[in-house]
Amino acid sequence: MIHKFKLAGYNILLDVNSGGVHIVDDLTYDLLDRVEPPFDESCPKDVMERLSRTYPAEDVEECYEEIVSLYNDKILFSEDDYEKFALASVASPIKAMCLHVSHDCNLRCKYCFASTGDFGEGRKLMDFETAKRAIDFLIEKSYGRKFLEVDFFGGEPSMNFDVVMKTVEYARSREKECDKVFRFTTTTNGMHLTDDMIDFINREMYNVVLSIDGRKEVNDRMRVRVDGTGCYDLITKNFKRLVDKRGNDKDWYVRGTYTKYNLDFSEDVMHLYDLGFEQISVEPVMADPKEPYAITEADLPRIFKEYEVLAEKIAKIRADGKFINFFHFMLDLDQGPCAIKRLRGCGCGNEYVAVTPDGDIYPCHQFVGVEEYRMGSLYDGSFNMEMKNDFARAHVYTKPECKKCWAKFYCSGGCNANNYIYQHDIRAAHKLSCQIQKKRLEVAIMMKAVQLLGEAE
Amino acid sequence: MKHIKTINKANLKQTAAKGGCGKCQASCQSACKTSCTVANQKCEKEA
Repeated sequence: MIHKFKLAGYNILLDVNSGGVHIVDDLTYDLLDRVEPPFDESCPKDVMERLSRTYPAEDVEECYEEIVSLYNDKILFSEDDYEKFALASVASPIKAMCLHVSHDCNLRCKYCFASTGDFGEGRKLMDFETAKRAIDFLIEKSYGRKFLEVDFFGGEPSMNFDVVMKTVEYARSREKECDKVFRFTTTTNGMHLTDDMIDFINREMYNVVLSIDGRKEVNDRMRVRVDGTGCYDLITKNFKRLVDKRGNDKDWYVRGTYTKYNLDFSEDVMHLYDLGFEQISVEPVMADPKEPYAITEADLPRIFKEYEVLAEKIAKIRADGKFINFFHFMLDLDQGPCAIKRLRGCGCGNEYVAVTPDGDIYPCHQFVGVEEYRMGSLYDGSFNMEMKNDFARAHVYTKPECKKCWAKFYCSGGCNANNYIYQHDIRAAHKLSCQIQKKRLEVAIMMKAVQLLGEAE
Repeated sequence: MKHIKTINKANLKQTAAKGGCGKCQASCQSACKTSCTVANQKCEKEA
C-alpha cells in the first residue's frame, strides 16, 4: 500500500508497510496513478503513450525503472506481513494506570467529557487506602515490566493533592523491593497551584500537562469557574511559575482544546508560544454534534487549512533559530516504536486501566461510568480477564476501516473510547477523529521529510 | 535517483523482528489527555 499527497509544494510518497517516505517529482506522482505490482520489464505501452504527452518518453522510462528498483528493495509497495504479530500483546501485563484521585473540579468547562469533573457519578475524592490498593494492583499485574506509569487525573487532581503526595511516597517506597520504577504524570487546570505543589510536581512528575486553550477570549469562553468567570489570568500566572521552575530535564506541555468557536486555532498555538510556552498541544474537541461548539464534517476543510497554516508558522519560528514543539506534529520516521507496538495504540483495557475514587476499574478514563465496561473493583478483587482479552484483540487488523487505512501504523487504531462513544463499537473507527488525525499526519510527515531533505543536502 | 528521493531508513519491517518487548510508554489516544500518534514515541528496548 502507498499513500501520496501534495503539500507545501512537495509531492510526498509514503510506503505504508515499510514506513519509507519519499519526495518525488510530478512525473513520479502521475506515474504512480497508473502503475502497480506486478511490474513489467519496461513501462507499459498505454501508460507511456499517455504520460509522454506531458513528459519526455525517456524520463518516463527512467522513472518507471526507479519505481521498480524501490519495489525490488522492498521500500515501495512492500507487503503487509504484520498480522501474524497481532496477538503478541494478548495476555500482556498492565503497565499504566490512570488514577482518578478527584472526581471533582474547580472549573466548569463547557466541553468537559467528564460532566464537569464528576463523571456523572457525584463529586468525590479518592482516599489514600484506595490509591494504595491501586498501586498494589499495578505492581501485582505488571509482572515482567520495570517501568510503570501512573497518571493522576480527575476532575482536578490538585483538589486531592495530599493523596497524590502520599501515593507517590508509597509507590516510591515499594520500587526497590519490587524492582519497579514509577513514572508519575498529572494534568492540572492550574487553578490551585501553590509553590509547594509546583515543587512537588516538578520533582516527582515525569510529565505534567497544563490545561489552557490559548487566547484569553477563547479560553475564558469555555474554561469557566463555578460563577461563570474565566480563568485565563490566574492559570497563565500559575503555569508560568511552574514552567519557569521546572527545568529542561522533565517533560511538560500546555494543552488546549479547540472548538467550532476557534477554528483559527493556529492563533492560539502562537499565543501560547508568545506567552513563553514552547511545548504545546492543541486538540480538537470531541463532542455530541448537537452541541453548538462541536466540530462537524462541515468544519474539516477549514481545519485542514489551519494545520497547514500552523505548519508554516512553526517553520518560520524554527527558521529564525528558535524552539517550538507542537505535540501533534512530532514524528520520528526512523527510531519510533516497533511495528508490533503500532498494531494497537494506547493498550487501554489491556496494558492500561483507570481506577475511580470508589476503586472501580475501567479500561480507561473515557469509559469511567459506563457500567458495561466496569472491569472490576479493587475492593472485591474482581477483574474481568475476558474484557481485557477483548481489548487486547482490538488492533488494526480487527478494525475494518483501520485494516485498509494508510495511517494505521501511525495512529495504531485510534481511541477505542471514541469509537465506543460515537460509533458504539470499540472496533468501529470514529470518522471525524480519523480525518483530522490523517491531516495532522500528512502535515507532520511533510515537515519531517522537508527537514531530513534539508539535512541531507 | 533522479525522480525519487528516499528520505528515511524505511526500517519498519526490521523493527518487527526484534520488537514487541512492551517496555515503551503507554500512549493514550484520547483527545482529553493529549492524544499522541504512536509514531512520536521512543523505543525503550535496551540495545
